[in-house]
Amino acid sequence: MKWTKSLFTALAAVVLGLIGGALLMLVTGSNPIEGYAYLFRGGLMNMERFGNTLGSATTLILTGLSVAFAFKTGLFNIGASGQMLAGGLMATALALTLKLPKELMLPIIIVGAMLAGALWAAIPGLLKAIFNVHEVVATIMMNWIAYWMVYYTVPAYFKGPMLETESARIPDYASLRVSWLTKLFQGSYINLGIFIAIIAVIIIAIILDKTTLGYELKAVGFNRYAAEYAGINVPKNVALAMGISGGLAGLAGAAFYVGYAYNMQIGVLPAAGFDGIAVALLGANSPWGVAAAAFFFGILHSGKGYMSAMTHIPPDIGDTIIAIIIYFAATSILFENLYEKIMKKIKANKETSTEAAA
Amino acid sequence: MDKQPHGQVDGSNYEYIIEMLNITKTFPGIVANDNISIQLKKGEILALLGENGAGKSTLMSVLFGLYRPDSGEIRVRGKPVHISNPNVANELGIGMVHQHFKLVHNFTITENIILGLEPTIGPFIKIKEAAQRIKELSEQYGLNVDPWAKIEDVSVGMQQRVEILKMLYRNAEILIFDEPTAVLTPQEINDLMDIMRNLIKEGKSIILITHKLKEIKAIADRCTVIRRGKVIGTVNVAETNEAQMAEMMVGRAVSFSVNKKPQEAGDVVLEIENLHALSSRKIPALRGFCLTVRKGEIVGLAGVDGNGQTELVEVLTGLRRAESGTIKFKGKDITHDTIRTRIEEGMAHIPEDRQKRGLVLDYTIEENFILEIYYKEPYSKHGFLNKKEIKANAQKIIENFDVRSSLGSISLARTLSGGNQQKAIVGREISHDPELLIAVQPTRGLDVGSIEYIHKRLVEQRDRGKAVLLVSLELDEIMDLSDRIAVISHGELVGIKKPEETNENEIGLMMAGVAHGGAA
Repeated sequence: MKWTKSLFTALAAVVLGLIGGALLMLVTGSNPIEGYAYLFRGGLMNMERFGNTLGSATTLILTGLSVAFAFKTGLFNIGASGQMLAGGLMATALALTLKLPKELMLPIIIVGAMLAGALWAAIPGLLKAIFNVHEVVATIMMNWIAYWMVYYTVPAYFKGPMLETESARIPDYASLRVSWLTKLFQGSYINLGIFIAIIAVIIIAIILDKTTLGYELKAVGFNRYAAEYAGINVPKNVALAMGISGGLAGLAGAAFYVGYAYNMQIGVLPAAGFDGIAVALLGANSPWGVAAAAFFFGILHSGKGYMSAMTHIPPDIGDTIIAIIIYFAATSILFENLYEKIMKKIKANKETSTEAAA
Repeated sequence: MDKQPHGQVDGSNYEYIIEMLNITKTFPGIVANDNISIQLKKGEILALLGENGAGKSTLMSVLFGLYRPDSGEIRVRGKPVHISNPNVANELGIGMVHQHFKLVHNFTITENIILGLEPTIGPFIKIKEAAQRIKELSEQYGLNVDPWAKIEDVSVGMQQRVEILKMLYRNAEILIFDEPTAVLTPQEINDLMDIMRNLIKEGKSIILITHKLKEIKAIADRCTVIRRGKVIGTVNVAETNEAQMAEMMVGRAVSFSVNKKPQEAGDVVLEIENLHALSSRKIPALRGFCLTVRKGEIVGLAGVDGNGQTELVEVLTGLRRAESGTIKFKGKDITHDTIRTRIEEGMAHIPEDRQKRGLVLDYTIEENFILEIYYKEPYSKHGFLNKKEIKANAQKIIENFDVRSSLGSISLARTLSGGNQQKAIVGREISHDPELLIAVQPTRGLDVGSIEYIHKRLVEQRDRGKAVLLVSLELDEIMDLSDRIAVISHGELVGIKKPEETNENEIGLMMAGVAHGGAA
């Protein structure tokens, strides 16, 4: 019941977003049917493009999961970008420092990035737990600390041979890209990160739904006073929830900086961290919903370039569609009411038809 | 037939100022109102009596435009109307005082009252004129409200009067009171009754939603009884008695007195010595409080609200730190133990605020039932929840404690009526088989049926040799249930009395801080 309602809401938001995009295309004098045909073909038409879609979705799944997990436990993690940077910097540092066989290298990088992201979020988590500092403020500040940390650390210690503004190229033995996958998807950006993301979705779904840990975390998120009353350690759970959320963003950092990209650039706060909020919203904070929403946004991301190349529609239309969808997802209460009305009508119709039959 | 107490039909051609005819309203899984009709005469107080979840609040929400009925007709002053939202209700002169006040706490009383229809000159609010009008209204109806006080600084009773003023300011003619006395002290209840009489005198009509028979008897003219969504009947209050109304409401004869056999108390379970604690505003709330509770007895703690009861309970259960003094539980010093340790040692707590402390409203009932024991077998193993055992546990409590909901154990706690939420908490706490049950206002806002039920359960605990500490603002409840009555005033124990050796008068004086009830 609740599940179908979320799905209906999300689909309604998507459809309205696409209609909004179509209107914009019409206004700018383009044919929306053609535009969408190219947009979706750009994201899906062959293995390479499909791989790129999955590559974009990988980061979004992980940041979306990060934000959604925090939401489920009553926290607003707006610092996924910073945690991604912390994870990415750790991954880059490990990749450029250690020289080990790939089978050893990758687990170390992945765990390292996850811990760095977790630490980056645990600081605001502890501040919230102990001093009741609002996590929105603290995580935004941590974003900029991470930004400047990367800004100074990368040129000082991990500089490439050519440019001051980016790290050296990630060596093959430390990259999440693997040749069989690249070949399978005809040279796309796809990398092992997609498996990390899917595993993370499964683990988070299990934690939230089936474990005492998830039960505690959600209890604290829904009503910290009742949790305290019941003897649950509230500060510990707040810090832990932020830590897990940050760990997921840290994984996104690894998938992005040593998987999707070849190096780490300075002076950029990754947009995927903020897009994660949209993904979580559209996915109704459910792990599988997040995966589906991230995949859809992945299509838009990788298809918009193709669309603008083949038509006169600017690629920004893709971003505008995302923005409109977010708008409608945020006002989902409207659709929930609509859904209830429709369900009621269906039920009433059924009743009258059975009555008529009888 | 009906007497006409104040029923002046003012010239126009209608007998009833409000008629709700054949109203039906369903929610998924439940028929909240099943073909209900009520009629309100001008200048009368009509009581709407029913148990929690009987459908009273739903019916009034329909009248106030918060819900649309599936079928039925509403007539105001004889004319059929469509009340599609609360603004329409306001225009028709219908106003409602909700059970949970809807006030902005850091606004003044005037600001709260004019909110939504601020009188303005250009961009400026004519606040002084508004305050003047509020003052006049306040005097006219004997409300005694200071228009410039802030909500956060005034008592609950005063906040309720602000809600009443809000309606009067909007020229409401028909006033709906939803469980208005649930949050008031006995003194405040008397004040409210006087206010309601004044309102009638000034020509208003009142619908009073309640389940307190005493109040209906004291103030209402007629009473419509609703049970499980249906009207059972309408009676003239003067021609009936409390027992008869209770029977109509519950559907069976109700006993008002508690059956309690005399019993010797056993070993000391709880020993509080010289306890000091601060309130949330860092003011001393407990000043050297002492008390012992033994096995097989109910100790009632009586006191005027705000004399340290809340802090005492929080310190006992571990929610608040003790500044000094000791708490011994079963002979062991637990003053600095965690909440969980205390629960595991056998302490259970029915909290004062069921929605804030007692339940996770967005969890299902079955999830709420394991709030304190989720980490134990069989409810979980190796960190994984065992949903089958959790459901079985829920079924047991639901059956034993008659917790009613639309979807059974998977209903969200939020969707339960107040009485059923309370029964769920009481059921959960007693199901832990505690050595000491701390019950704070366990029957607050409940109907007779539920009160009788919960009282029986508390006495059962005592009969089984367990200790019960009952903290309540209802003196009747304390007198009926307690084996010993402890009176608290200004954070100190004033004295201890046996109920058979004292009376309400003496306890009342002790509550005011007069040791041993003055002359006694």
